[in-house]
This record gives sequence, structure tokens and C-alpha cells, in this order.
Amino acid sequence: MDKVTVKICSGTSCFVMGAAQIQALEFTPPADIADKIELVEVRCMNFCKDIKTKYNRGPFVMVGDELVEEATYEKVVAKIRDVIKAGECPAE
Amino acid sequence: MLIPKNNANQMRTRILIKIAESYFADKFKNADRIPLELRPKEQQPSRCCIYKDRAVLKYRCMSSLGFSPEEETDELKSLAQYGTEALERTAPEKAQLCVIDIACSACIKAQYMVTNACRGCFARPCQMNCPKEAISFVNGRAHIDPDKCVNCGKCHEVCPYHSIIRIPVPCEEACPVGAITKDEFGKEHINHETCISCGKCLQSCPFGAIVERSQMVDVLKLINETDKQVVAMLAPAIVGQFPGDIGNVVGALKKAGFSDVIEVAVGADITTKKEAAEFIEKMEKGEKLMTTSCCPAYFRAAQVHIPEIQPYVSHTKTPMYYTAELVKKEHPGCVAVFIGPCLAKRAEAEYDPNVDYVLTFEELGAMLVAAGINIDECEPAEFTTMSYAQGRQFPLTGGVSGAVASLVGDKAEVRAERIDGLSKENIKLLKRYGAKGCESNMLEVMCCEGGCISGPGCIALPKKASRAVEAYVAKGEDLNNEK
Repeated sequence: MDKVTVKICSGTSCFVMGAAQIQALEFTPPADIADKIELVEVRCMNFCKDIKTKYNRGPFVMVGDELVEEATYEKVVAKIRDVIKAGECPAE
Repeated sequence: MLIPKNNANQMRTRILIKIAESYFADKFKNADRIPLELRPKEQQPSRCCIYKDRAVLKYRCMSSLGFSPEEETDELKSLAQYGTEALERTAPEKAQLCVIDIACSACIKAQYMVTNACRGCFARPCQMNCPKEAISFVNGRAHIDPDKCVNCGKCHEVCPYHSIIRIPVPCEEACPVGAITKDEFGKEHINHETCISCGKCLQSCPFGAIVERSQMVDVLKLINETDKQVVAMLAPAIVGQFPGDIGNVVGALKKAGFSDVIEVAVGADITTKKEAAEFIEKMEKGEKLMTTSCCPAYFRAAQVHIPEIQPYVSHTKTPMYYTAELVKKEHPGCVAVFIGPCLAKRAEAEYDPNVDYVLTFEELGAMLVAAGINIDECEPAEFTTMSYAQGRQFPLTGGVSGAVASLVGDKAEVRAERIDGLSKENIKLLKRYGAKGCESNMLEVMCCEGGCISGPGCIALPKKASRAVEAYVAKGEDLNNEK
């Protein structure tokens, strides 16, 4: 199975609002998902520019091709587990 | 103790962003909407009800505007009114940590408790080892008499089932100097005379009840509404606090309205040189010990709480002091703003005529977010004066003593030891070192475990930040080769 790609937005807004903490995935990911994810460094993914629906909904994290809004470490880990379970991880 | 990011401190960042946004939108005219926006009706309350959530948020907004909830005189005073008053301020308010009394959950006094895991065993080591005969057996299970218990913890240590737990009061547990205590109603209060402003209570309170006065609004006004030259002095821990290169951060600050951006690592180089010279002189005179002096929380703790170590604290000033001195010489009449990871620096700045304001990285982040500045997209700019490797390593534990030792070279024997984190235990250790001496002759004391990169005003993960700082140190020249 291909690894699930995880993109943590590193735009200033996302980073300040908590994306920085989600980077813990880089150091101490839970054992069950550690070798099933691939962290991809990204710059601002521009979700915040969508003022109408996404404003103030950061930090944004892409797990596979699903978007996590107001992401926290726990939310992202849960989403990764979901995606792995569903086995729908597209090859990059 | 490292405190992971949680709801309480994540909310602090969001409030700061909201306050900065409200400043840009209409100078706080609609600031009273902030608690409602952060806790909309449809959301599950985090405390007893959304009304209490919002009431606490109002106090937290107040502190972000620079007011202490302790000094509230009229409960009906609106955030808009506080905002207007904040903009009328011409000097920063006194730095102060304080407890929002309605948010304080009045945690039960730290105590030991017997849990269901107790099997009422035959050996009963808890009862045998209790020095106060506080343990009896009721319904086949150990029971601690709270009137006799002195919280020594012996029962907790000896129980073979780990059935006795200790329930701490997080803020009291975190405060290394006993400056936060309960009143008759069980609510916590901070003694401003003995507080060392380290911010450990603020980080550890699970109810987000502890706040400090922010100076963010004061600086926002200065850079956006006046012609004054406002110079940002970036603490060496800045490296790795934001995505993008340090050059982008400098560019972002200029875009935000700062007239110049200086590295405090330059001041740290001066501290290194002076402290090395002081160390050599002291050792030649036959003194047995010198401790570092650049951590303001430790410096204050030594003054107020550890008289035994006080005579050994270095007289060399801090990197912030030397940097501000340079800034004021270069730009006479400017406003100097220190931006760092530290809350205790605000207290230090009160005694430094050259430092006008102090911001945390978190506050800086909030300002940039509200101004819509994305650091990554900012034109990179360079520092006018470059720092050396020595000054750059100050924010890491072992960095200060390492820098000083590298300059002492073979002019004196260095036996360095690190006190990494100012805990209750380490304060006891320092007392002993001061009174009875120790093996080492150079003590580096950092209040925050891991160094400044784990300070309460930081954004990035300490691990990630320390990598970035290490890389920046590696790029720096050796101060020994200074021309």
C-alpha cells in the first residue's frame, strides 16, 4: 500500500494558529501509523484566501486528498487512521 | 516540564489574532463581539456554559489589550472602551501575571488519594510507613485522614499496586518559587513581590485562568499610526520560530512597519566576550564559582529566593541590554522593541531605559496574521550587523556556557555545569551549591527546560526549533576570529 501523504500548511497564519504543533508527526508519530505516512513540506496552500468559507478555519492539513480544517494533532492522526482504513491513498 | 500545546494555550493565540484583527478593522469598535465569535452559540461549551466561556474570554481579551483583570473596577466596561484606553496609552503597563478569578477552578489542595486499585492487602506498607499514622482501613481499603496527612508521599511510594495517587495543583506545582497560593475560597493568587515572571503557571493552568498583560496593541499603534522609528530586536531564539528563512522574517517585520530589524545575537556576542573576561578575572582572584546571568527569571530568582547563589551571579549584562544600547546609539530617539520567547524579559525591560517594549513570538505571529503578511512570500532582507556562532547558540541549553567557555579557551580551567530548567528541585540544588560549593566553576542556569527555545512565548516545537538554531550556529563565524 502506498503511504498516505500528509501536507501541513506552513503559511504564517496556519503555522501560528497551531500547524507548528502538528509537526510533532515528524518526530514522534504514533507507532501504528509511523511507517504509513509521508510528510510532504508545503508552503501556504491558499485555503485561507477563500474568505467566505475558510476564513479563520486554519490550520489546514491535507491527508491524502482530504482536507482537515481547524486541524489539531489528534484530528490529523484520526484522519490518517481513517484514510488508511479506507485504503484510499492515492499514489503521488 | 514541557507543556504540550493544548486548548488553553491555542485559544491564547486565537485571542491575540482576534485583537490584532479588531485593531486593523475598526480600532476595537466591535471588539465586544470577539468572545461571541470565539464561542458561537452552536458550539459545545468548554466550561459550565457558553456564558461563562464568553465571560472568561472577555478577561483574556482584556489582558491581550494590556489590562490586568485583577484591576477591573467596572464589570460592565466594554472591550471597545478598553481598546480605546489601550490606544491612549503612551507607555507600557507594568508587566504582570495575574489570575482571572472566575476562570480559576479552585483546584483542591494538593493531596494524596487512595483509588479503587487498593486491595486492602495484608502487608499494608502504606500504613506501616506513614510517619503520621494517617492511614486507617475502612471497608477493606486504605483511607487517608486529611487532618493528619502531611503530604510526604511515603504511602504513594510504597504501595505495590500504585493505588495511591497524588493530585497536584498544576500552577502551584509549576511555580518554582511558591509565588502562587490559594486564598480562603481556594482561588489562586500571584504574589507580585515574589513572582519571577517565568510564566510556568500560565503554561500549566488547565483552565487558562492565568494571563499576562500584552504590549502588542501599543506596538501596533506605534508602527501603524506614528512616524516614530520603531526598531525590532529579534532574540536569537527567533530562528526556526516561523516557516521560511530568517531573511524572510526580517522582510516580514519591515513590511509590518518596523524601521529596522536587529539581531539580539549581536548583543549575545558582547555578553559572551564580557562574561568570558569576567570569568577569567574571577578565577584568577581565586573565586570558586560563577553563574550565568542572561536568563531574567533566574536572575530575579537569585535576587529574591536564592541568596546563597546571589554572590556568584555574573555581573555581565544580558544580550538584550547590549543590543538595546547599540540600537539607541545608532538610532537616537527610536522606539526599541524586544521580540523574544520570554515573559520575564518584560520585567527585565522595566529596569532597562533603552528597551521600550517587549513582545513574544506569539504576539508577533498574531500581528503578522492579522496584517495578512505571509512570511514565506516576503522579500528577504538581511541584518545589517551579522552575529557570530557564539551569540547564536544562546537559546539552547548549554549554549551560553559553551559560548563563554569557547572564549575563555586556555586562559582558565572551565568546569561547566548546566541547570536545565528552574524547577523546585533545582532551586534547592542552587541553594546547596551556593552554600557548600560544587565541583563545577561555571554554572549555566536556564529557567525554561531546553533553553529559550521552549519559552512560553514560542510558536514552534522545541525540537524543530533547536534544529534550526543549530543549523544557524553552524553557519556563523567563530567569535575568536573576530576582526
